[in-house]
Amino acid sequence: MTPKLESSIAEGETIIEMQDVNKWYGDFHVLKDIDLTVAKGERIVICGPSGSGKSTLIRCINHLEEHQDGKITVNGTLLDKNMKNITSIRREVGMVFQQFNLFPHMTILDNLCFAPVWARNMPRAEAEETAIRYLTRVGIAEQKDKYPGQLSGGQQQRVAIARSLCMNPSIMLFDEPTSALDPEMIKEVLDVMIELAETGMTMLCVTHEMSFARSVADRVIFMDEGEIVEENAPAAFFDNPKVDRTQKFLSQILPH
Amino acid sequence: MKDTTTSFQPSPARPAPTRQVAAISWLRSNLFGSWFDTIVTLFITALLLSFVPNLIQWLFLSATYAGDDEVCRQNGGACWPFIVEKFQVLMIGVYPQDLSWRPGLAGLALLVLAGLTYTDRIRGVTLIAAWAILPIFALMMIGGAFGMQEVDQSVWGGLMLSIMLALVGVIVSIPLGILLALGRHYGSPAIKVLCVTFIELLRGVPLITILFMASVMMPLFLPPELVINNLLRIQIGMILFSSAYMAEVVRGGLQAIPKGQSEASLSLGVSSLYTVTFVIVPQALRHVLPPLIGRCIALFKDTSLVIIVGLLDFLGMIKGAALDTDWLGFQAEAYVFAAFVYWLICYSLSLYGRQLEQRGPNAHT
Ligand SMILES: Nc1ncnc2c1ncn2[C@@H]1O[C@H](COP(=O)(O)OP(=O)(O)O)[C@@H](O)[C@H]1O
Ligand SMILES: [Mg+2]
Repeated sequence: MTPKLESSIAEGETIIEMQDVNKWYGDFHVLKDIDLTVAKGERIVICGPSGSGKSTLIRCINHLEEHQDGKITVNGTLLDKNMKNITSIRREVGMVFQQFNLFPHMTILDNLCFAPVWARNMPRAEAEETAIRYLTRVGIAEQKDKYPGQLSGGQQQRVAIARSLCMNPSIMLFDEPTSALDPEMIKEVLDVMIELAETGMTMLCVTHEMSFARSVADRVIFMDEGEIVEENAPAAFFDNPKVDRTQKFLSQILPH
Repeated sequence: MKDTTTSFQPSPARPAPTRQVAAISWLRSNLFGSWFDTIVTLFITALLLSFVPNLIQWLFLSATYAGDDEVCRQNGGACWPFIVEKFQVLMIGVYPQDLSWRPGLAGLALLVLAGLTYTDRIRGVTLIAAWAILPIFALMMIGGAFGMQEVDQSVWGGLMLSIMLALVGVIVSIPLGILLALGRHYGSPAIKVLCVTFIELLRGVPLITILFMASVMMPLFLPPELVINNLLRIQIGMILFSSAYMAEVVRGGLQAIPKGQSEASLSLGVSSLYTVTFVIVPQALRHVLPPLIGRCIALFKDTSLVIIVGLLDFLGMIKGAALDTDWLGFQAEAYVFAAFVYWLICYSLSLYGRQLEQRGPNAHT
């Protein structure tokens, strides 16, 4: 197992704050009184059964989903209906999806340059330079002129991570980044995420990769039926879960 | 030195299957595979034999290639000098002869651009810009600009007019159709209702009705200071009609784009406008290129309906030529020629569509 990373939490600095957040899909109460404070540099793993609202929770942070009740503050900006606030938060918050969601009609390089050029008005040459730097960091610079469909799943997901990093975000959200991958490709993506964690990036990861959670996370959050049921440091969380539902969930996903 | 290894001796290659054997087996498997296939093959052969030889006789063997109507009548076959004589009028109508180089130049520009497009020499923004500029250039050449002698639109006609109507129609109605489709797919409820009403209204009415309304009714309702000429009104009618169909084609493409595409773009902080422009629409159009080309072909054929509201397009000129008293009795040649020209243009478009279809997915996956 990878040795536990040093925590890089900057003392006291809050970067995400969710207070009493509630969300409904019609009559369905998907998020119930969510309270969550994330410190700068903190690495959080969110787990829980399918349909418990994990994706909805992190998608509220960059307003891909709208919460109906409560307060979300990201990087000091209150998330409301103001489009300017939403856009400025989105530029600060990168997101990696289960299905990669690369733009299939653009080359890898164009995928990476797209947002810096059109959302940050960065000159194309500078955007390319940044793009190559991040592609090199995730180890696929030589594929820059290919189209996403020509890459393996693991490579595509690494491109997706690099694409988010090109916007120089201060927070990264991961929604089950390895769930759509063949087993042999999971490690290459986790390695990139671990390396990212080492740089002190604030990360919220929805994942069931428990070894990743143990070695990287500062805190593990367990969600069920729209509630945060339990949260704890990874060692305590896995070895000594307090709540029945957590125990039951862990016994289902952990190898015995 | 003695060679200790026995070298590999390939046995002589088998003879290639002879063409004859290949042909026979092809015939057997494709045309006489079963008793049903055999009957169909024999039936079609009989059918073809019943008219193709006569057709060839008329079209080529006993046809007249040079001479006047007297010679034609003696020979009995098709009279091609008639088409040659009428060629200019079929192409540009009664446009002033001494200025015919102007539409000629516009036509040349069209051919060159079509060639460049077909051979994939220009792409992306350049391609779109070139096709947007072409009709403006053509209109300036034909109508007269930069101090060139003005030519009134009442004398525009022939194939030139048909192509002009179709080209402007397609080039304006595609962006309009995209906007309508976006409005219908992403718009607020009010915009949605507006787009749906427009689309369904125009799709529910035959083009002829729209052309009549544009030509006859619009002047009655428009204020007198807003008088626009007949040709422009008809062009607008065609554009609106076509855009409703384009919108439905594009909407199909929009529906095929997974939600994750816009989410990825938005989550990067890209605005909705740029997301739609650079992520959604290009992919949607790629999905629907074949039906989009199909709509272009349909619109080109539909231009022949303008004859009903008094414009003398290609088919109108064909009809006029067929009634020329000097060349009475050669209608068939005129219509065969018309069919050939329509077919040639539509088939080229369809070939281009097929080429795009092959190019699209291979280049990007
Ligand atoms: N757009 C939607 N409309 C209605 N229900 C939804 C929608 N998106 C998600 N849900 C429901 O909300 C619940 C939580 O979804 P999600 O956050 O994706 O769960 P998780 O990521 O934990 O599997 C699920 O029961 C799901 O069916
Ligand atoms: Mg999920």
